[in-house]
Amino acid sequence: MCSYIMEKIRVFGSAKAGDEWRRIDTAHVYFDHPYDAPLDHALSIDFHNHAAGSRERVAVELSAESARELANAILAALDRGAQEHGEAPRAELPASIAPAGMFHY
Amino acid sequence: MSYLGQVSKMVSFDAHGGEKGQAYYAEPATGARIGGVVLIHHMPGWDDWTQEAARKLAHHGFACIAPHLYFRELPGSPDDCAARARSKGGVSDDQVMGDVEGCMKFLRAQGVSNGKVAVMGFCSGGRQAYLAGGRLKGLDAVVDCWGGGVIEDDPKGLTPERPVAPIDLTKDINAPIIGIFGNEDKRPSPDQVNRHEQILKDLGKTYEFHRYDGVGHGFFAAERPAYKGEQATDGWKKVYAFLDKHIGPRAKAEG
Repeated sequence: MCSYIMEKIRVFGSAKAGDEWRRIDTAHVYFDHPYDAPLDHALSIDFHNHAAGSRERVAVELSAESARELANAILAALDRGAQEHGEAPRAELPASIAPAGMFHY
Repeated sequence: MSYLGQVSKMVSFDAHGGEKGQAYYAEPATGARIGGVVLIHHMPGWDDWTQEAARKLAHHGFACIAPHLYFRELPGSPDDCAARARSKGGVSDDQVMGDVEGCMKFLRAQGVSNGKVAVMGFCSGGRQAYLAGGRLKGLDAVVDCWGGGVIEDDPKGLTPERPVAPIDLTKDINAPIIGIFGNEDKRPSPDQVNRHEQILKDLGKTYEFHRYDGVGHGFFAAERPAYKGEQATDGWKKVYAFLDKHIGPRAKAEG
């Protein structure tokens, strides 16, 4: 099925495409038929820099299984990083980079 | 036997809102008068497979125009345009109907046209094809391939951009309809397809539904795991025969 459901969050960081690093401020996350990956459905993430007015994106399309593994790996890496660097995981982002909310279309 | 040659090219059409739309067009190279198909892509965009399907229809004797429904997001690749359209909540039904209407006019203006036009779509495009059947005048056939949301059981599925469940316009559809569905699909589910068929029966509409065991959603798409050759091949044959009957006769290779 085609889906109009999308999660939209504000993020802070950079993403690299080709030789170029770029600042990103927004991530769109959705589950639908992919454009390129040979899957029936995929978890897609588009990273944008909306503040700069950019229309470019850095995109990934992942199988549902690998997306869940990625999500778990991110959480595991954050936990290990917090332990090794003595920094408690943040329950909330600073207001300046707080999630902008979920958008269901 | 031989095969039909064909011509395919990029074209522009008069789109909704007075804009010039971008589309892919293919027709058999026989010069015979034939019917045309407006082919609507699915939500992820105007992809390679959509153009292949357009060529496939031309190969089987029909003219076909496949509009880029996200051309307003150009410049950029079709996938980037789709991502931009998605971030805005998708395109509105009004806009799509205006674009389809422009494509119908384009088809009828071609030298090979016999004046008959069908609309065909996959997934969200199947829903839009059915919607076109109810909203647009002058359609001769409707091809709904697993259109999700024709029956909308979730009230959240109705939005300002897509305010109507197309099933509610069934009474206004005068063109014959073909529906292709997988019995393992969840949207539309077999139950929704059954309810859909009952409404068509109750209203005395001309239709044919073909349901396939062993397949779910999108089983024509050869590059995806959902593809099933036996069911897809039969489904395409059902579509060609339906189009031949209602917008044909289709062009045929000689010899």
